[in-house]
Amino acid sequence: MKQRLFRRSNDSHDMMTLNTTSLPDLIFTVLFFFMIVTHMRDVDLKVQYQVPEGTEIQKLGHKASIVNIYVGKAENGEYAIQLNNQLSTISDIRTFLEQERKRMGSEDLARLTVSLRADRDVPMGIISDIKRELQKQNALRINYSATEKSKDTSKQ
Amino acid sequence: MFRRRQRHDVPALNTTSTADISFMLLIFFLVTSSMDTDKGLLRQLPPHEEEQAREEVTVKKRNIMALQIDADNRLTCNGDTISLVELTQRVKTFVANVDDDPLLPEKTLREVHLLGTCRVSDRHVITIQANRHSTYDAYFNMQNAIVRGYALLRDQLARKCFGHGYALCSQDERDAVTLVYPQRISEMAEEGEEGGEP
Repeated sequence: MKQRLFRRSNDSHDMMTLNTTSLPDLIFTVLFFFMIVTHMRDVDLKVQYQVPEGTEIQKLGHKASIVNIYVGKAENGEYAIQLNNQLSTISDIRTFLEQERKRMGSEDLARLTVSLRADRDVPMGIISDIKRELQKQNALRINYSATEKSKDTSKQ
Repeated sequence: MFRRRQRHDVPALNTTSTADISFMLLIFFLVTSSMDTDKGLLRQLPPHEEEQAREEVTVKKRNIMALQIDADNRLTCNGDTISLVELTQRVKTFVANVDDDPLLPEKTLREVHLLGTCRVSDRHVITIQANRHSTYDAYFNMQNAIVRGYALLRDQLARKCFGHGYALCSQDERDAVTLVYPQRISEMAEEGEEGGEP
């Protein structure tokens, strides 16, 4: 019996083909997984930034209610603010927030959070100016974007 | 005869390339999307007030902890240069004031839901003043250290009263704990006071 099996597989000229019928389904599953867990990169970053590290950080909730402000080094080596897809100044924050507010539903509007993605080395002057402008525009929930630092390095 | 032939000749759709197509879709999504979830330190800014409407609040000296960051990113607390770990420790002792030290903030007796009557530290104020030339990193780390101080205190209280950490508390329990240790941080701009944070 064993010998026959061996001979048969050795003699056969047509190789057994792998059944790939379910391969598309498999890949579709992976695709859907990625579509759900990731979100589209909606802006081209014109500034380079590296957010600080913190231990007490929380995950931000609803994505639709988050407005991003990027602060970092622009191509000319100076610190700049980026709103949407262009480099901007403090005074542009007003129109930017108005636009974003128009886009949002009333539910998201109540939860509006401004996520400040700022580089570590940005001088505090820029940050305080932004904060003051946000206060004026009544966008009071802000988030200092950061990455998680492992807890043991900062243990007291 | 005719009928039989027709039944047999259903042509199968060639689906060999479906896998390739879906692979391409997958790769497209991988390239255009980003995985990074937004995490960070959530803070509430005080509402904006007109210059003239601002009222002067006099706070007793024992209730104030003055933090400053100078242009060289040095952190000073009431005049002493300290490290971030020391800051967390100081925030803890300052806010908790376990032994009712007359130099540390006052506490008031209040009825707290779930906890009964307890002494609440609702008079203290931590003031922050950051120099315009200091870096954001220094400021962020300071905020982080302060929040860490509060988080440790709240966790301690939650463990003592409810038997589990703050992270596992229900909303009611969290409210009770935050009432005992409210975050009272006030940020000041270079020019003048910037307002408080409840």
